[in-house]
Amino acid sequence: MRVGVITFPGSLDDRDALRAITLAGGNAVALWHGDHDLKNVDAIVLPGGFSYGDYLRCGAIAAHSPIMSEVVDAANKGMPVFGICNGFQILVEAHLLAGGLIRNDHGTFIRRDQKLRVENVDTVWTNQYTVGQEIVIPLKNGEGGFIADETTLDRLEGDGLVAFRYVDVNPNGSLRDIAGLRNERGNVVGLMPHPEHAVEPGFGPDMPEAMSSGTDGLAMFQSLLTATVLS
Amino acid sequence: MPTVIVEVMPKEVLLDPAGKATARALQRFGDGAITDVRIGKRFEITVDGDVTPKLLEHIGEIAKDVLSNEVIEDVVSIRVAE
Repeated sequence: MRVGVITFPGSLDDRDALRAITLAGGNAVALWHGDHDLKNVDAIVLPGGFSYGDYLRCGAIAAHSPIMSEVVDAANKGMPVFGICNGFQILVEAHLLAGGLIRNDHGTFIRRDQKLRVENVDTVWTNQYTVGQEIVIPLKNGEGGFIADETTLDRLEGDGLVAFRYVDVNPNGSLRDIAGLRNERGNVVGLMPHPEHAVEPGFGPDMPEAMSSGTDGLAMFQSLLTATVLS
Repeated sequence: MPTVIVEVMPKEVLLDPAGKATARALQRFGDGAITDVRIGKRFEITVDGDVTPKLLEHIGEIAKDVLSNEVIEDVVSIRVAE
């Protein structure tokens, strides 16, 4: 299975995402923001970073970059698309997911090993988890505060579109502790923390058993491979 | 060449951390008259030729779709520079 990772100017975690896909058993394909070519991939990851220096708004310029017209088109036809951190911001700016992401309420950049609760497993990217499962995924952002108006929040909750929620600590002021969202179809998911940094023992988040041992993020990429094999 | 000015502000209901931090700094100056600061964006868009109603409509669409995100911001003015 071919899984593309798009590199934008200012992307940071594109290599980590490519590596996570490989570790999960996929065929990782590097894609370039300036192309109009998805290179026949079966799924797409929008990686973390600071595309276009976070100018205008986080993810806003990337959402209008050349390759995104193909990505939006493919996503609307059902192709799996996963946005991590800046990738989540890009998905929101491209209107593939609801709401907005603004500066953390405490005003500072934060990096921590963050506990999350999996709220929805009926997606291409979360089917290898169980509902209510708690996982630890590294978080690192300056503008991760999820917001939407009350009507939208109620709709997201009512339709089961909240995919992940922060547990114990709300690290950025996100409304209703929302850390990640899915779309109605379940092929598009966005998440503020970084699952691609929790895929290999020795390089993951600190866990009670051992430092740097967390690999809870791997199941997100394995979910994709499983969903595609089954479909 | 004419310039069209677009101004965008964070929505009233949203926390504006940059504005809050600036307000706290400004309160160290003067006699305490400054109570709040909100920080927005001003875009100066240079155009070729006359500013027609059609062009202003086009800039209005850009302002809504690209220069601002209606979830978090409002376009507060679009005008031609004097």
